[in-house]
Amino acid sequence: MEWTDMALTGLIWALEILAIAVPIALSVAYITYAERRVIGLMQVRKGCNRVGPLGLLQPLADGLKLFLKETIIPAKSNKILFVAAPVMALVPALVAFAVVPFGETTLFGLWDTAHVMAIAHLNVGILYILAISSLAIYGVLMAGWSSNSKYALIASVRATCQMISYEISMGFALVCVLMLAGSMDLSVIVNAQKGGFWHWYIIPLFPMFLVYFISGCAETNRTPFDLVEGEAELVAGHIVEYSGMWFATFSLAEYGAMILISLLTSILFMGGWDAPIPALDFIPGTVWLLMKTSFFIFVFIWFRATFPRFRYDQMMRLGWKVFLPWTLAWIAVLGLFTYAGELNSSLTILSDMIGYYQPWRS
Amino acid sequence: MFEAGFFYLFATMAVVGGMGVVLARHTMHSVMFLIFCFFNSAGLFFLLDAEFLGIILILIYVGAVMVLFMFVIMMLEVNQAKLREGFLQYLPMGGMIALILLIEFIGAASSGIFHTDAIAAVGHFGKDVNNTVEIGKILYTQYLLGFEIAAIILLVALVGAIVLTLRTRQDAKYQNISKQVNVRKEDRLRKVRM
Amino acid sequence: MQLIKHAFKTWMLWELVKGLALTMRYFFKPKITVEYPEERTPLSPRFRGLHALRRYDSGEERCIACKLCEVVCPALAIVIESEEREDGSRRTTRYDIDMTKCIYCGLCQEACPVDAIVETQHFEYASETREALYYTKDMLLDVGDRYESQIAANIEADAKYH
Repeated sequence: MEWTDMALTGLIWALEILAIAVPIALSVAYITYAERRVIGLMQVRKGCNRVGPLGLLQPLADGLKLFLKETIIPAKSNKILFVAAPVMALVPALVAFAVVPFGETTLFGLWDTAHVMAIAHLNVGILYILAISSLAIYGVLMAGWSSNSKYALIASVRATCQMISYEISMGFALVCVLMLAGSMDLSVIVNAQKGGFWHWYIIPLFPMFLVYFISGCAETNRTPFDLVEGEAELVAGHIVEYSGMWFATFSLAEYGAMILISLLTSILFMGGWDAPIPALDFIPGTVWLLMKTSFFIFVFIWFRATFPRFRYDQMMRLGWKVFLPWTLAWIAVLGLFTYAGELNSSLTILSDMIGYYQPWRS
Repeated sequence: MFEAGFFYLFATMAVVGGMGVVLARHTMHSVMFLIFCFFNSAGLFFLLDAEFLGIILILIYVGAVMVLFMFVIMMLEVNQAKLREGFLQYLPMGGMIALILLIEFIGAASSGIFHTDAIAAVGHFGKDVNNTVEIGKILYTQYLLGFEIAAIILLVALVGAIVLTLRTRQDAKYQNISKQVNVRKEDRLRKVRM
Repeated sequence: MQLIKHAFKTWMLWELVKGLALTMRYFFKPKITVEYPEERTPLSPRFRGLHALRRYDSGEERCIACKLCEVVCPALAIVIESEEREDGSRRTTRYDIDMTKCIYCGLCQEACPVDAIVETQHFEYASETREALYYTKDMLLDVGDRYESQIAANIEADAKYH
């Protein structure tokens, strides 16, 4: 490869990354605004409407305030990890977006075939996202441990249990989607749901959709499951010792994860960039995807305005005693159904098994 | 050239991470080095086009196993001074094991099994080969028995661990959440005419 | 039957849906926010805000330095010193209220036999320094002069409940 080619590829990658990272940072800022407004409206208030028209400059003011605040590092903390923790929380939240497809485009007819709009078109996309989102816990863990504070430590202990419990049921919910789509490639999953809302996986997999979304709430430490930062007993949990920009980094990570979960829910269960009715195809797919995503973000906020916090043992029970058996049962049922479906067309799987299964030969 | 560069990068970093695990004074730092090491091993898998294995390594080991490690370490109060106390006492034994291992490694390395010619040349598959599918095929056909046995052993271990550690204490008060959730208004409320 | 109904409701997350529906209804309800500097809530005649020392119509100050307010003040915010004036009447030479101590209980107003010390409806006197909140006799009299009509109206409105 010529070095000019390499430089060009590098430049395109950098542009692609910027094209995703910058809108995410901006949308995080405006999700905080939306959250305050929506919760305000649901509590018969008006919410922030002072800074700029309709309060639209509020996120900028907040950002500026946090930026100018002093960053305090506790004297008895583990300084390296204390500083590294917000970064470790933010990086997975942003890196996970690398494989999220935002639509298919022919670049206004420049290309002959439609290309998937993702930084990296990975054929194990879902696994990648699962792996990366399971790393987000390290930020919380490190923040809690390195702060050398009781509240923070308890928060990170809680976060660990919570993440591990809900990762499993979340993974199993995803397995159901994989079984229906037959691929771990996110764009293939979207294309498998093409052709109107009756093809969307939310219909055959409705319980899994619920499990996924609720687990998503637990993964991102959002309200019914925000025991990690529960103000009443843990002040602010793992971020109790943080201030200024490091604190902002944590909330950036939290809201980034929220966007990710919403995006994934719409990709996996709501047909991604497909219009609900084929007649509405003239609206670009990316717009549909973003509309679905915004709806789920709204639901996240709606949850926050509605539900009280779970007790810790209730949350554990929900994860292990309700979601886990429920998802496992669904996988078994779904497996039987897909197998039966295959059985009708041909006996490929069975014959493959018999054909290959000769342990004595190897 | 590009690939070789990345290989040496990942390999060196993995070794550095491994050294860090052993040499770091603080248990927490050791764990961080181990995570670093896992990431670089995953990078090596990616170079081999084995993206499934690489991601599974991150998902299982970094995302789950190391989190539990860290969880345990956070809960323990590790006394650093006490840990270093018996260094000289254990040195002969540890040194012997290390020596034996070293001899074994040298033997294995010089045996020719790990020579570049003996290992099939690493090639890249075309885009149509999905190694997740390939792994699945081979795992559920040729190695089905071994796979299932491993699964059963893990399940037994899981059940065993639960049986060993689960004990219902008589003096503790437990809440029955299903019962709490199922409570209806009629069970609790009584209208009284004043 | 009850059991089936209950199980169905549990699995359909009925209670959660009910909760969500409630918040969604409130989402569209008219908002009760009062946007303060532009809009204000009505104040009661008994509202207890900034203190004022009143005068009679003749211009003579009402306070007779009986020090009942100083005694009754639970926060010890009032300090009074008095001396005989040239005409022989007892008057205060010093009447300070420390607004940083005051808890706005209104007991001084209750205690005053001549309705000299009152609390007005004025409550926007925040300052950037503590010194500006130590109100002296002159300042209190000045407040009284400025809000006299309002004070008189409030006392009158409230009189029938005494």
